Amino acid sequence: MASASPTRETPALAKENWGSRLGVILAVAGSAVGLGNFLRFPGLAAIHGGGVFMIPYFISLLILGIPICWVEWTIGRYGGAQGFNSSPGIFSVLWPNRISKYFGALALVIPVGIYIYYVYIEAWCLAYAWDYASGRLMTYGRDVAGYKSHFERFVGMEANGFLLHGNVQESLIFLVIVFVVNFILIYRGLAKGIETFCTFAMPLLLLVGLVLLVRVLTLGAPEPPPPGENIGKALGFMWNPRGEGGDPWKALTNPELWLAAAGQIFFSLSVGFGIILNYASYLRPDDDVALSGLTASSMNEFCEVCLGGLITVPVAFLFLGPADLNKDVLGTSLSLGFMALPAVFARMPAGQFFGALWFFMLFLAAITSSLSMLQPAIAFLEEGLGMGRRFSVACLGLITAIGGLLVVYFSKGLIGLDTMDFWVGTVFIFVLATVQVILVGWVFGIDRAREELRRGAQLEVPGIFWWIVKYVSPVYLLAIFSLWCYRNIPAKCREVRNMESEDRATVILMLALIVLLMLFFGLLVNLAAKRWARLGRLPGPAIRERSEQNRT
Amino acid sequence: MTPAGWIVMVLSCGVVLALVAFCLYRVLTTPASTEHMHAPLDIDTRDTEE
Repeated sequence: MASASPTRETPALAKENWGSRLGVILAVAGSAVGLGNFLRFPGLAAIHGGGVFMIPYFISLLILGIPICWVEWTIGRYGGAQGFNSSPGIFSVLWPNRISKYFGALALVIPVGIYIYYVYIEAWCLAYAWDYASGRLMTYGRDVAGYKSHFERFVGMEANGFLLHGNVQESLIFLVIVFVVNFILIYRGLAKGIETFCTFAMPLLLLVGLVLLVRVLTLGAPEPPPPGENIGKALGFMWNPRGEGGDPWKALTNPELWLAAAGQIFFSLSVGFGIILNYASYLRPDDDVALSGLTASSMNEFCEVCLGGLITVPVAFLFLGPADLNKDVLGTSLSLGFMALPAVFARMPAGQFFGALWFFMLFLAAITSSLSMLQPAIAFLEEGLGMGRRFSVACLGLITAIGGLLVVYFSKGLIGLDTMDFWVGTVFIFVLATVQVILVGWVFGIDRAREELRRGAQLEVPGIFWWIVKYVSPVYLLAIFSLWCYRNIPAKCREVRNMESEDRATVILMLALIVLLMLFFGLLVNLAAKRWARLGRLPGPAIRERSEQNRT
Repeated sequence: MTPAGWIVMVLSCGVVLALVAFCLYRVLTTPASTEHMHAPLDIDTRDTEE
């Protein structure tokens, strides 16, 4: 019987590895840095009291973000050392139980489900960058309403099937380009595809972000100026602590503020997506995860706080003024990014150039994330079902293309996209992160997790973090999730009930797609488990004990 | 911008910048670990005794 340990007797299990340590850090950081860093974070901070928001934000980073990140890096590398790169396999070695692998299936549904709509948003970013470079988007002048109607036409918000009727639409052309680029890179493999691309794309993203930052901070006052507006006031709109009744610190007692901050940290660091788990599984058993995990998280925070916090809202305030930056604009990333900011670039000196640069940066942030969403499923198809690279890429391409076409077709009011984002991109992520933290803290065991993290660690993780992982993170996570469900799910159900029948049918169809994805991956996990059992790869207690001995 | 706004902005960006600088410095200056494999000199073959 084959051993599940990472010894030289099982060379077939060691398929791919990262080329360099910086490469894996850039790939994980690239996966975490996305549109949320530049659009969601600044909007949320500006709505929730400016500077006051940063207090629960950093507390959430310390007790939720970084601990869960370390947990994912640790169990991912552990699973990889046991010969598994896919989440069902990794969950099986963490918790040798009949049902554990099905929790791992969730870590396949989430990235694939998100990819289905995220790649479409990615295509919008590239299309907007192209339209700025060619000058087409400068024709609307300074009118926010003009950009709003352009965006609505561009994504087909008027009616379902709008994009597939008549002429070939620009957003579809860019969707095909972006879709193909993603699959070419994923086909090239982990080191040659994802790592090589991120090694160039992430420094380029940081460079473009810094150029935009310098431009914003040196803007002074716009010409002609809205009365009394300058960069100081614009930064103040983002960073001044504000609260109702003039007492900013009273805002800290508002649970909405804590919910928003924790949610932002959670989604921003890409924890609960199943991606870090997969990426870390390609590390060697003695590779460091403590310093690498912290470095990837800190790079994400740099993009969010230093670039997103200093560019997006200040520049929008400077050129549009507070009247146009209401809760509706700041609260939704799409409104801020694709409707308000284009009007800003129209008023900015050299706005065409900086508009192109801005959307190109968003495209880089999006593509480094979307690439990472494909790898967990590819890894599973290869190791679970024994598929070759070409076949697994083709299968995943077909699945995501069908899902993507549904999102494109049901474009009215972006209801299809919104439904996928609500359930897969929010609810499922909370569930998976909670499962992971409980699994590590209470099933795998804190002592084993600590030992595992220490292996090859180039940073001493304080002991208090393990106490946080075991007690604080699960409680905080469950509290946040319960509160979020209490506030959002009844409201969502009411919203669906009050919809027109056509829109309601769209929601039901998208929910059916999600259920179908879950059943499909559940079935594949079942087949994979039978195959692993046949090959003697599923770890019973004896195998696990032997592999532990081999490692020590 | 109020003094409190300046303090929050400088502290937030400063903490994040310091953290990312520290991490990158450590990553770029510390050699990556290698698997602990026994080198030939570690193996006592017991054939050197007189």
